[in-house]
Amino acid sequence: MKTSPLISEALSPEKIMEKIDILFYITSAVAVISTIMVITRYHAVHALLYLVVSFLSIALIFYFAGAPFIAALEVIIYAGAIMVLFIFVVMMLNLGPRTMEQERGWTTPAIWIGPSILSAVLLVAFMTVLMNNPAEDTGLNLVGVQEVGISLFTEYLLAVELTGLLLMAAIIGAYHLGSREKKIYHRYLEKTDQ
Amino acid sequence: MNVTLKTALIILGVPFAMLSLAAGLIWVERRLLALWQDRYGPNRVGPFGLLQVLADMIKIFFKEDWIPPFADRKVFVIAPAIVMSTILLSFAIIPFAPGIIISDMNIGILFFLAMSSLGAYSIVLAGWSSNNKYALLGALRGSAQMMTYEVFMGLSLMGVVMMTGSFKLTDIVLAQQHIWFVVPQFLGFVIFLIAGIAETHRLPFDIPEAESELVAGYHSEYSGMKFGMFFVAEYLGIILVSALITALFFGGWLGPGFLPGPVWFFLKTFVFIMFFILLRASLPRPRYDQLMGYGWKILLPLSLINLLVTGAIMMIYIN
Repeated sequence: MKTSPLISEALSPEKIMEKIDILFYITSAVAVISTIMVITRYHAVHALLYLVVSFLSIALIFYFAGAPFIAALEVIIYAGAIMVLFIFVVMMLNLGPRTMEQERGWTTPAIWIGPSILSAVLLVAFMTVLMNNPAEDTGLNLVGVQEVGISLFTEYLLAVELTGLLLMAAIIGAYHLGSREKKIYHRYLEKTDQ
Repeated sequence: MNVTLKTALIILGVPFAMLSLAAGLIWVERRLLALWQDRYGPNRVGPFGLLQVLADMIKIFFKEDWIPPFADRKVFVIAPAIVMSTILLSFAIIPFAPGIIISDMNIGILFFLAMSSLGAYSIVLAGWSSNNKYALLGALRGSAQMMTYEVFMGLSLMGVVMMTGSFKLTDIVLAQQHIWFVVPQFLGFVIFLIAGIAETHRLPFDIPEAESELVAGYHSEYSGMKFGMFFVAEYLGIILVSALITALFFGGWLGPGFLPGPVWFFLKTFVFIMFFILLRASLPRPRYDQLMGYGWKILLPLSLINLLVTGAIMMIYIN
């Protein structure tokens, strides 16, 4: 099969890395902007939607970094399951315009001072580490599904089992909280105090 | 053939073909339902009423695009777009024939599961932003239903993945050269079929939009092409699930040599599409709690047992 010059050019590894770099910067920009929007929105559902966008862009970054399995799980579990539950709960609470006013009252400029100073300290520490040990360019290292599975069930077996125990406890707790005594009588036949 | 041109053709052709198929399905469904209910169905516009869809499309495009003043405008507009884009994106992993696939990625099935879980947002957001109690009730039911059925939709496919050793759909089809996976994975197939119906919220699992109790459920407030997008997305969902069943359990494009691969794929998919329509014509809608109980108490244990037994048998035969 004859390949077009465009395809053969695109297939050279340096070109691919270059393109991935550009895509990485675009995706990271989306992630940062959407995360800032999550913090600054007063409307709870809108903030959650920006959080979903942030998760999707992080999943894409994982994909570019050569971890397609983690990328898929990020979308399925974080963006697809956990965030739907969050929105579900916020939907049930039915927060009106009054809550937005309340939020606006809470986020005065004075509130920002403490967190900003602490984050700036973290940023300085991070920058110092980066300056002293520049990251080596290891190239694209693809981690497939099988590698993830094997390391989960050999190296990290204890962590997997502990997580299983934790989830079991959560399920039993939810079952206990949600279970009600079964009614034998129809509600019309129940004795009332009158 | 020029590779770039071929890729571009596939990328543009698949969504176009799927959208036209979905539009055609509306006519097929109405005619078939009519047949099973002993009446004619649309038979006036064009030959056999084929142009009915076109007439309906013209009508729906020229309807007033009404956004209720009490709705959350931005979310209201974005909700139907989410379901359309997630379903169209899912078609990227369907192998129609060797080479005719948009993206043969090595996480194919996971990509489909990810897209279908993102599709739940469309229902939740549509129902919530409509600011209408029926829509909200529909959205609550829809999100609970989709989250429940996603769990064992994924689990039911793991048997197939285990037998192939890959999430890639072309690998899965090629692994069925000797025997279709519907034979060793019959339980997985049944569970995936049921979960697929629930994911596309078709009758009998159309509880989010149950018209006898909830007006039209989560899309009560939608009109014009925004409603049309929900409507077409439902038909796209049917095609998607049927195509996936074909690829995962019925050997995809593989078949006796007297017909080319894509034809086999299309024929097999069409059988399942017809089955979906027959289900709509024949089954009553269960109650909401029955649906959830059925999912968690019957289908989830069954899919776990299927996984366990498949794993055990593979351990014995491979070692």
